[in-house]
Amino acid sequence: MYDYTEFDAAFVAERNRQFRAQVERRIDGSLTEDEFKPLRLMNGLYLQLHAYMLRVAIPYGTLNSGQMRQLAYLAERWDKGYGHFTTRQNIQYNWPELRDVPDMLDALAEVGMHAIQTSGNTIRNVTADHFAGAAADEVADPRPVAELLRQWSTDHPEFQFLPRKFKIAVTGSENDRAVIRAHDIGLQIVARDGQLGYRVIVGGGLGRTPMIGKVLNDFVAQEDLLPYVEAVVSVWNQLGRRDNKYKARIKITVHEHGIDEIRQRVEDRYALIRPTFAGIDQQLFEDIKAAFAPPSFKTASTAVFETARKTDPIFRAWSDTNLAAHRAPGYAIVQVSLKAHGATPGDATAEQMRVLADLAEFYGHDELRISHEQNVILPHVHKSDLPSVHAILKKHGLATANIGLISDIIACPGMDYCALATARSIPIAQEIATRFDELRLEHEIGELKIKISGCINACGHHHVGHIGILGLDRAGVENYQITLGGDHTETAALGERTGPGFSADEIIPAIERLIDAYLDHRCGPEETFLQTYRRLGMAPFKTALYDREAAYAAE
Amino acid sequence: MAKPFTPKIVTANALLEGDVVYLTADDRWTRAMHEAELITDADTARLRLLIAEGQPEEVVGPYLADAKPSPTGPEPVHFREEFRRTGPSNYHHGKQEAL
Repeated sequence: MYDYTEFDAAFVAERNRQFRAQVERRIDGSLTEDEFKPLRLMNGLYLQLHAYMLRVAIPYGTLNSGQMRQLAYLAERWDKGYGHFTTRQNIQYNWPELRDVPDMLDALAEVGMHAIQTSGNTIRNVTADHFAGAAADEVADPRPVAELLRQWSTDHPEFQFLPRKFKIAVTGSENDRAVIRAHDIGLQIVARDGQLGYRVIVGGGLGRTPMIGKVLNDFVAQEDLLPYVEAVVSVWNQLGRRDNKYKARIKITVHEHGIDEIRQRVEDRYALIRPTFAGIDQQLFEDIKAAFAPPSFKTASTAVFETARKTDPIFRAWSDTNLAAHRAPGYAIVQVSLKAHGATPGDATAEQMRVLADLAEFYGHDELRISHEQNVILPHVHKSDLPSVHAILKKHGLATANIGLISDIIACPGMDYCALATARSIPIAQEIATRFDELRLEHEIGELKIKISGCINACGHHHVGHIGILGLDRAGVENYQITLGGDHTETAALGERTGPGFSADEIIPAIERLIDAYLDHRCGPEETFLQTYRRLGMAPFKTALYDREAAYAAE
Repeated sequence: MAKPFTPKIVTANALLEGDVVYLTADDRWTRAMHEAELITDADTARLRLLIAEGQPEEVVGPYLADAKPSPTGPEPVHFREEFRRTGPSNYHHGKQEAL
């Protein structure tokens, strides 16, 4: 893992010192709120419905045990004993007080963490495949380049006042687990003639105008990547619609100018700035890469694992859903669900964070990941240790066997916390999970992604959910619109709206009718919800949702 | 004819704690909505909001929210204000903790 250099540590310390003074000046009246707000946002501090909220970056979703323990400490010392992991691999604290935030930032700096550029019109936390460095299907680990981008983008003088926020995601695998087609820039590491380089996708995004990203360049060589990305951001920085917040993101710029014109402008800009990159970034990249060298994997028998699978049905069910293929023989990637039925998606208590830190330290080569699906990953666990890991997870409410299933729901904080929300998300997620757990249908239904947002900004990724739910305010009442057929992977697609929305009371029965229709119409258990939708289209689902008489007649 | 005025309260977030506060008739900031001043005409509403906006050392983002009278004091009209005066629905945190 990457450890802060002296330069990084000094930079964060200086920024924290500045912010502490800014907070003092706000409190003593020297700064107005209008002056203070951009400063606090630059440091991840929001003011939400009930309290301040501090958003802490977890670059490319990677943590070590010491960092996870410090996150637990922050939750206990300055919050209400828990933290909320987000769809951009950050953690949010929902209840800090203004005077305490500088101390929280200092505590984060002790473990090489910060909240810089987690808000504001800057390049945000760079996210990556949460299986990075472990996945069996990976061309290369995406984290070194994500770290290079983090260093390049942090306090980049040209990019501190962008037209709007800018999000970059990286994957090292053809199977896209990082939603790169819904980012301002999505990077995919690809191999060509034995050389590693990047496919650059641009102009994706969700929000009020969802767009799937377009390929800007099929292959940018490693040494050309930073100037190329800089050229992209630079072109948008000039063209981006500062006159209209809703048209300011690069997806609109690409849409309005066309991908070919943008490509030409990027090429022109690139030709101009390429000579200014003399190769220091490549030396730096080599150092970073060395820091991400894989751990020394052990060789051991996996007999214990096989036996446990035969003798313990709960362990078997968990290992069927929550493990993923690892590239090292005898190893597995463990996905720890933060979606216990009825719990708040993405929330972990301080105690749970400490348990996860201990597991990472003792069984997992000291590594943890946060996924954009709001779960925690232990990327490197030897199969012989899995029965022990599972037993400990179970004791702490962390062994829910539901990864990729209907209760593994992404949900934004919604109107329970967020000042921008138009309706609640969390209770809808809780009720869906609880209902399908009661029905004991979850495993029968199989792979299904439900994603819920509490406003059109789409932090809950509803556009790319197999079933997307969008909470709105309709004449002073919470109302939930459904979209179907979204897909966040390499076959990315935007969901299609089914029709009129449903009230909070009607939305759970509506989801049940959708699932019944799927179970009735699928070719067999191996056909997923998304495949059935793609085969049959909207019609049977629309009937199930809106044609009540037909639905009753079918019973 | 002008639309009838919907009664208002002045609400904001406290600068230091960040929690929801309401302006009272005697110019205090209270944590309890039922203690807020219920304003029944547009001119007073504008004036009371100006007074709130003049206190940046106390509060952040003051605004006028619709409210309705009740025997125990002002009540929210919109569900957003109901959540603000209560707290989140997933945990017993926020104002409801004190109830």
